[in-house]
Amino acid sequence: MRSILTALAASTIMTGAAFADAHALSGDMRIVSDMSNPAPRAVMEGLVADFGEMHPDLNIELEIVDRDGWKGQIRNALSSNPPDVINWYAANRMMPFVNAGLFEDVSDLWDEIEGLDSVKGALTIDDKQWGVPYTYYNWGLYYREDIFAELGIEEPETFEQEMANCQVILDSGRKCYAIGTKFLWTAGGWFDYMNMRTNGFDFHMELARGEVEWTDDRVRETFANWRKLIDMGAYIDDHQNYSWQEALPFVANGEATHYLIGNFAVAPMRDAGLTDEQIDFYQFPAINPDVEMGEDAPIDTFHIPAGAENKDAAREFLKFVTGADVQTAINGPEVKDGDTVTKPGLGQLPVNAASAVEDDEFLNQGFEMLTENATGGIAQFFDRDFPAEMAAAGMEGLQEFMVFPDNLDDILQRLEQTRQRVYAE
Amino acid sequence: MTTAPAVPTTHAAQPRRGWYRRNEIAITPWLFLAPGILFFAAYVIIPIFQSFQVSFYAWDGLGDLADTGTFIGMGNYRELAGDRNFEISFWNNIKWLVLYLLAIPMGLFIALFLNQTVTGIRLYKSLFFFPFVISQVVVGLVFSWFYLPSEGLLNTVIGLVGLGPINILGDPTYATYGIIAAGLWPQTAYCMILYLTGLNAVDPEQIEAARLDGAKGWKMLWYIIIPQLKPATFIAFVVTIIGALRSFDLISIMTNGGPFGQTRVLSFYMYEKALAEFGFRMGYGASIAVVLFMIMLIFIAYFLWSMWRDERAAR
Repeated sequence: MRSILTALAASTIMTGAAFADAHALSGDMRIVSDMSNPAPRAVMEGLVADFGEMHPDLNIELEIVDRDGWKGQIRNALSSNPPDVINWYAANRMMPFVNAGLFEDVSDLWDEIEGLDSVKGALTIDDKQWGVPYTYYNWGLYYREDIFAELGIEEPETFEQEMANCQVILDSGRKCYAIGTKFLWTAGGWFDYMNMRTNGFDFHMELARGEVEWTDDRVRETFANWRKLIDMGAYIDDHQNYSWQEALPFVANGEATHYLIGNFAVAPMRDAGLTDEQIDFYQFPAINPDVEMGEDAPIDTFHIPAGAENKDAAREFLKFVTGADVQTAINGPEVKDGDTVTKPGLGQLPVNAASAVEDDEFLNQGFEMLTENATGGIAQFFDRDFPAEMAAAGMEGLQEFMVFPDNLDDILQRLEQTRQRVYAE
Repeated sequence: MTTAPAVPTTHAAQPRRGWYRRNEIAITPWLFLAPGILFFAAYVIIPIFQSFQVSFYAWDGLGDLADTGTFIGMGNYRELAGDRNFEISFWNNIKWLVLYLLAIPMGLFIALFLNQTVTGIRLYKSLFFFPFVISQVVVGLVFSWFYLPSEGLLNTVIGLVGLGPINILGDPTYATYGIIAAGLWPQTAYCMILYLTGLNAVDPEQIEAARLDGAKGWKMLWYIIIPQLKPATFIAFVVTIIGALRSFDLISIMTNGGPFGQTRVLSFYMYEKALAEFGFRMGYGASIAVVLFMIMLIFIAYFLWSMWRDERAAR
């Protein structure tokens, strides 16, 4: 009930704001969005509907494309008949398009919007801003609270406790970690945490910038720690066959207890029938007590292609989605009445500092973790911090390591070769 | 004006013909061919040469080649020579080409088996032909479910005889063979249809003559039937080779090139390097495409030569 009220309040504020600065926008505006999972899709459709109400003369065409598919389609979309607004990611992921002059410089918008200073760096290349953030999310270990209670184990704080817990879980005939590595990036999340906990955030970033060799002993130490879990048989079998969604049922059925993933996985877990009493969340435990905790918290963004036709409308839309109230409303948890969604929500964190984090078990914990307990630093994610080619080769190597840990030397040699070529260019 | 000839000219009565009329026989075929040639040139021939050109550059595919590309000569090819992923993709292509040819004998034997008159044979024939009608994507999905390590039908069946479980698509040693087996299903059906049509054209008198000479069984098949099926075999060979080189969609659906790139073929590797999510190396992708083109050229040359030979024999 409370959420519905806030949603109502938020939408009234939105319409209020609309009358305040209603430039007469007209013509067509085409948006291509990659928010294709059910909950984000509803949010995106809601955003467009609200924006359309504010600008009745504007004809908005929304095209939602598959999130993984979009990663391959974006370049064609940008170069031939570009839409007016698109979704993409911050940091290194937008670099090729910025360098090729395919993204519009939106620095002017950043002078007008307030409350985004904390993430300005992630959207800045050459002292200019190339897009706006609409959401970010924490990563962490989501786990089955009820199974923990049944086995009499508790949230760990150190890696030793984590492994001891895992042994108990394995002895009960379950697996500890669900993961689906068919599309590789989920393995990148594990490496991020293993490396940040073993060697610290700063080392992780040095590796991402190509300043450390992959064959370095510190990197090997990261893999040695990771291997402890692999040798225990902690991961579900045959994870190389599954996408991250296909691995979710293992958690839902109680065949595996943990999932190291972003907060976007909570909505599908709830859809799979798990209640908030059954799922909970904790920060990835410390491995090396001497390093500060670093966290993955990727930012998702909106951009205007350089070839867009209705840039006025696009700028207005970007301003709209970064507004404090809109960010509060879209990032809240999805509210459902049976199967009907009464209030769409991403279930993630708002970027605007003036937005409120809606009252939700996972959002609260995630927000607290990122603001108070991520003193090491906040990373974007393996495939966004590392340059494209290094990320592709890296994640393939990580998947191979998870299946055949004995191949490590060979994998590291190959990654080192790739590093030498990629960063030399 | 003219001196009047004593003999009337023979062609004076004919009106003077236009240039086109005079050259009609020579021009018309080219006019009909023009649209085809134009499009074939624009979409096939010219891009082939462009690929050759791009393969000498380091270029991210964004912007114009002349502005953002750097000429590096044979650099991409030198890198290919030491690229293990390229090597894996290349050998996978060879595996596809060799094993896919199994579709031809399998198609032939199913065709021989179905080439009889019993009630409902049309129904059986269409059931065998069915996999060729459904999309490759569906075939890929069906087989990836069939191969699933825990719930898949394959593991249930081999579990009954005490074998397994085996994760075909997750194991780098078996994954490529698993995908080829999936591809053989529709390809066999295609070859079967070609042979069924071919069997209709087999001369019954020759069979009768052979029978009088005492030929039967394998001898009959090998010396009488198969030689008469030569045109069908040739077409089956052509479409199977083409099918093996077009294996992209099955790989994309079933393994996405994985596990860790062990099921890629050259076309898939080219796509990953040049066009996919993390692929920003148009020049490197183009050099892979050139190598793939060279492989295809062997077959193209053979096909053209054998068609030319047949045509000459027919004259």
